[in-house]
Amino acid sequence: MAKYKNYVLARSIEEAYELNQKKSSVIVAGNMWLRMCGMNKQTAVDLSLLGLDRIEKTQDGFVVGAMTTLRALETDTALNDAFGSVFARALAPIVGTQFRSTATVGGSVYSRFGFSDVSALLLALDAEVVLHQRGVVKLSEYQLEAWDRDIITHIRIPGGQRASVQSVRVSGTDIPTLVCAAAKSEKGIRIVLGARPARAVIAADGLKLVDAQNIHIIEEIAGRTAFGTNLRAGEAYRRRIAPVLMARAVKGCMECEAKEAAEDEC
Amino acid sequence: MNVEFMLNGRKVSALIEADDSLYTVLRALGMYSVKCGCETTNCGLCTVHMDGKAVLSCSVPAARCAGHEITTLEGMQDEAKLLGSCLAGEGAEQCGFCAPGMMMNVFALAKENPHATDDEIDAFLAGNLCRCSGYVSQRRAVKKYLSIKAGEVCV
Ligand SMILES: Cc1cc2nc3c(=O)[nH]c(=O)nc-3n(C[C@H](O)[C@H](O)[C@H](O)COP(=O)(O)OP(=O)(O)OC[C@H]3O[C@@H](n4cnc5c(N)ncnc54)[C@H](O)[C@@H]3O)c2cc1C
Repeated sequence: MAKYKNYVLARSIEEAYELNQKKSSVIVAGNMWLRMCGMNKQTAVDLSLLGLDRIEKTQDGFVVGAMTTLRALETDTALNDAFGSVFARALAPIVGTQFRSTATVGGSVYSRFGFSDVSALLLALDAEVVLHQRGVVKLSEYQLEAWDRDIITHIRIPGGQRASVQSVRVSGTDIPTLVCAAAKSEKGIRIVLGARPARAVIAADGLKLVDAQNIHIIEEIAGRTAFGTNLRAGEAYRRRIAPVLMARAVKGCMECEAKEAAEDEC
Repeated sequence: MNVEFMLNGRKVSALIEADDSLYTVLRALGMYSVKCGCETTNCGLCTVHMDGKAVLSCSVPAARCAGHEITTLEGMQDEAKLLGSCLAGEGAEQCGFCAPGMMMNVFALAKENPHATDDEIDAFLAGNLCRCSGYVSQRRAVKKYLSIKAGEVCV
C-alpha cells in the first residue's frame, strides 16, 4: 500500500500542477495501480474535484477528461455509437465492473503499461494527449517518452474511424498476453500491437485495405515487430499468434463498417 | 484529518490518516460485512456503493469520500434478505466469505440492468471471485433474484 503524509483534494489544475512539481508528490487518479505500489510520498494530489470526468462530442471527434473511468468509456452511448462499440468490447475484459468504475483513462495513458488494452486502442485511434503544461502531444509520441511531472487533463480522439480490438488472456480477467487494435480511417488502416509484453507500438500505418486483408503481408508486418517473453507467454508464442489477432482485428473493422452501412440503408 | 460522509443514510465523521483506504475506515466504523481478500483489486470482496456505484473500497482513498454517500450491506438488509434466500435456495453459497461483496455488485447490476441475460450477469460479476460454490449456481440465484424483483416470479 502506498504511504502518504498529506492528502490534498486539488481545487484547480494549477494547484495540482504546482504541488506535483515536487518529487515527493504523486498524482492520484483511480488509485488502482498506485495502491499496489509500496511508495512513500509526502503529498498525494487528488484530481477528483476538477471536473475532468466528462466525455464530450466535438466536431472532430471526442474529448475525454483524464479522470473519466474505464466504465464510463465502456458505457457511453455516443462514444460507442461513433466507434462501433469498440470501447465497450475492448475494456470489458479488464478485471471487473467495480474496478473499471474507478480506474481512469488518464492513469492508464500516463502509466504507459505494456499490457494496456486502453493505450493500444487509443494509439490505433491516433489519440492525442492534452497536458496541462506542454499542451497537445500525439499519443504515439507520448507513449515513447519517460514519465514526467506534467498532468494529463484530456485525451482527444479523432472521429470518423472504425476500430476493433482483439486480445488473448491466460484467463478471463487477467492482464492480456497480447493485444491487437486496428483502426480504419480515411488515411488507411493502422495496426497496433500491445502486451508484446513491452509498450504498445504501431506495427503498420496507412495500410490499404487489400494489403491489410492479405495474410502474407500481415505475417510480414508481425515478423518485423519485436516481441518478448514474460511469465504469461514466450516470444515465439506471441510471434505465432500476432498475425491471427491482426487479421481478426482488420476483419472486425470491416464488419463494423458493413454493419453501419446496413443500418444506414435501413 | 477528519472526513465526513453519509454511511448507510447516516452522517458519520471519522478521524483518518492521509493514506487510509475507505475499507479501513468502514471496518473501524463497524461495517464488518466489508472484507479485504486479495490486496490487488481483483477479488471484489470489499465492494461497497459510492454514490450508488459499486466500487472496491480497498482502493478508494478515504479522504476522497468527503461529502459522498457510502452504502454497505449493513444498509441494504431488506435486499440482502431476498438475495440471500435466492443464494441459499440455489446452493450458491458454502463458506459465504465472498457473499457480501458479490451481493453489493448484484444490487448494482439490478439497478443498471434489471433484465440482465446470463452473459451479462457473468460479465458484470467477473470481478467477484468465489472459490467454493461455483459460478453456475450463483448465476441461477442472481437470475431468480432479478426475476423476483421484476415481478416475474413469486417469492
Ligand atoms: C490488478 C490490475 C489489473 C489490471 N489489468 C488491466 C488490463 O487487463 N488491461 C488494461 O488495459 N489495464 C489494466 N490495468 C491498469 C488499469 O486499467 C489502469 O491503467 C491503472 O489502474 C491506472 O489507472 P488509475 O486511474 O488507477 O491510476 P492511478 O493508480 O491513480 O495512477 C497511476 C499512475 O498514473 C499517474 N497519473 C494518474 N492520472 C494522471 C494524470 N491525469 N496526469 C498525470 N499522471 C497521472 C499517477 O501519478 C500514477 O503514477 C490493471 C491494473 C491493476 C491494478
